[in-house]
Amino acid sequence: MLKKTFEKEPHMLRETFCGTLVEMAGADARIVALDADLMSSSGMKPFKKAFPERFINCGVAEANMVGVAAGLASMGFIPFAHSFGTFATRRVCDQVFMSCAYARLPVKIVGTDPGVCAAYNGGTHMPLEDMAVLRAIPEIVLVEPTDTVQLKNLMPQIAALDATVYIRLLRKNAVAVFEEGAAFEIGKAATLREGKDVTLVCSGIMVAVALEAADMLAKADIDARVVNMFTWKPVDGEALEKCAGETGAIVTCENHNVVGGLGSACAEHLMKTRPVPLETVGVQDHFGEVGPEDYLRGKFGLSAADVAAAAKRAVARKG
Amino acid sequence: MQNLKAFAKEIRLETLRVFEARGFGHVGGAMSVVETLAVLYGGAMRVDPKNPDWPGRDRLVVSKGHAGPAVYAALAMLGYFDKALLKTLNQPGTTLPSHCDRLKTPGIDMTTGSLGQGVSTAVGIAVGQKLSGFDARTYLIIGDGECDEGQVWEGLMLARHRKLDNLTVFCDRNGQQLDGFVKDVLDTSDLAEKFAAFGFFTQTVNGHDTEEIAAAVEKAKANKESPSMIVLNTKKGYGCTFAEGQEFNHHIAFTAEQMKEALEYAEKNL
Repeated sequence: MLKKTFEKEPHMLRETFCGTLVEMAGADARIVALDADLMSSSGMKPFKKAFPERFINCGVAEANMVGVAAGLASMGFIPFAHSFGTFATRRVCDQVFMSCAYARLPVKIVGTDPGVCAAYNGGTHMPLEDMAVLRAIPEIVLVEPTDTVQLKNLMPQIAALDATVYIRLLRKNAVAVFEEGAAFEIGKAATLREGKDVTLVCSGIMVAVALEAADMLAKADIDARVVNMFTWKPVDGEALEKCAGETGAIVTCENHNVVGGLGSACAEHLMKTRPVPLETVGVQDHFGEVGPEDYLRGKFGLSAADVAAAAKRAVARKG
Repeated sequence: MQNLKAFAKEIRLETLRVFEARGFGHVGGAMSVVETLAVLYGGAMRVDPKNPDWPGRDRLVVSKGHAGPAVYAALAMLGYFDKALLKTLNQPGTTLPSHCDRLKTPGIDMTTGSLGQGVSTAVGIAVGQKLSGFDARTYLIIGDGECDEGQVWEGLMLARHRKLDNLTVFCDRNGQQLDGFVKDVLDTSDLAEKFAAFGFFTQTVNGHDTEEIAAAVEKAKANKESPSMIVLNTKKGYGCTFAEGQEFNHHIAFTAEQMKEALEYAEKNL
C-alpha cells in the first residue's frame, strides 16, 4: 500500500481534485461545482472551462453558496462547494447544519488550506477548528484525504454518499504516501505500518510525519503501528479498539486543535470501549499565526520528534 | 377570483384550528401569508398533491419557516395528507413540526427555520430547475423582519446575477418582528426600493387581496431576464381577533375562549 520513499508530489493536490471532479462530471451530469470567489485558489478553472453551466461562482458570499448548494442537492444534483477551510466551516456552520445536514441533503463542502498549511494567510485564515465545528453535527461525514492516490480513490465514494460531507483538502503539494492502486473505504482506517507497542493514529499532513516518527521510535526499540484515520466522522471505532487492544497505547496526530478534533474523536470512543493511555499531538488550543509552514509545524509541535516524544510518554504510561 | 378568496378563508380557519389544539404558536406570521398561500395553491403553482415529488413541479420555499402551520393547512386541504394530522402539530413524532421540514411533511419542498437560509436554497432550486431544463418556477416567501439577515441579500444578488426569471419572491411586509415593530427594531420601511435596486422586477400589492396577488404572480411569470419580487403589504395576525393589532404577536398563547371568538369572527367577516 505504501511507497518505499515518501516525497512531495510534483503537482498540487488541488489539481488532482479538479481533474478528478472534471472526470466524474463528464460521466455524471448531476455533479456541479460552486465557489465563493476562490476559484483561482481552489484550482477549479478547468472545471468551469469544461462545464461552464455547471459551475456557479457565488461571489464572496459563503453562506449563500452553501444554501444554493443545498437547493441544487434538493433538485438531485451533487454539489461540491469550495471555500477556504475557515470560511467553509465556522463561517457557515448554521447553513451547513440546517440547509444541508438537518435537511439530509448530500452537499459536499470542500475546505482548503487545513491548519498550518494556511501559512502566509495567517491566523485569520488558519482552520484549526474546522473539523471540531462540524463534528458536532449529526450524520455529517468528515474526511481528510492524504495524497493524490487517496483523494482520487475517495472522491467517487464521497459523491455517492447520501450525506453531507466535508472534505478537508490540502491545496498544495502533498507528500505521496500511497502506491498507485491503493484502495480505501470511507469510515475504515488504513493500517500503514504494523507495530505492537503503540499506535500512531494520523491524518492529512501528519501521515508522513507519523511514518517518520515510527522510524525514529524503531531506533529506540519502540515498535509503532501507524494508522491513517482519514475519516474523522464516523471515526473507525472497530479499528481503534483493535489498536488499543493490541498495542496498549494511542497517539493521535492532527494538524488541528486537539480540542474537538481527531484526538477527541478517538478518546471519546476509546474511553467507552477500551481505555488505554492516549496522547494527542496537535495544536494545543492556540490560535494560528502567520509564517512559513515549517515554522508553524515547529511552533505548534507537529514534528516527527513531537510525535515520537508523545509515543514514549504513552508507552511509559502503560500499566 | 371569488374562489381564491373563499380558499383563503378556509386556509385561515383551518390554520386557526391547527393552533387551537396547542393553545399557542406562531400565529401572527402564519395569518399574514394566508392569502398568498391561497393564490399559490389555488392554481398559480403547478403541483400534484398525488405526486408530491414530481421532479418537474413548481416549488415553494417558505423561508419564514414559522409560517409552517398555515402551509400545512393549505397542503391538507389540497389532499397532500389527511386533515386529521393537522391536530398533531408539534406533538411527539408528528410530521408537522413548528418549522417547515422537507423530510417530514409531504408537499414541503425545503427545510427552513433559521432565517435567511431559504433565500439561498430557493436560488439553488431555481438554478437547478434551469440546469435540468424544467419549465418550472420557484416561489419563495420571506418576511420583512427576516430581511435583517445578510444572507437574504447575498441570495438576491446571485438571483439577479444569474437572471433567474423563474424565481418569484414574496416579501411578507407585515411591519412586525419578534421584538416589536420593524420600524423600531431595524427599520426596513424602504424594502421595495431596496429590492428594485437589487435588480428585481418589483411589484407591491395588498397582501390580503387574492386578486391583486394573483395578478402580480401572472405579471411575474411574464417577466423575463430578471427575478421577481412581490412586496405584500400585510398585517401580522390578520383576521385573527386576538393577534391582529397586537405588538407582540409573533408567538403567542391564547385561551379557548379567545380562539372560539377568533374562529367565529373569521367565519362571519372574512
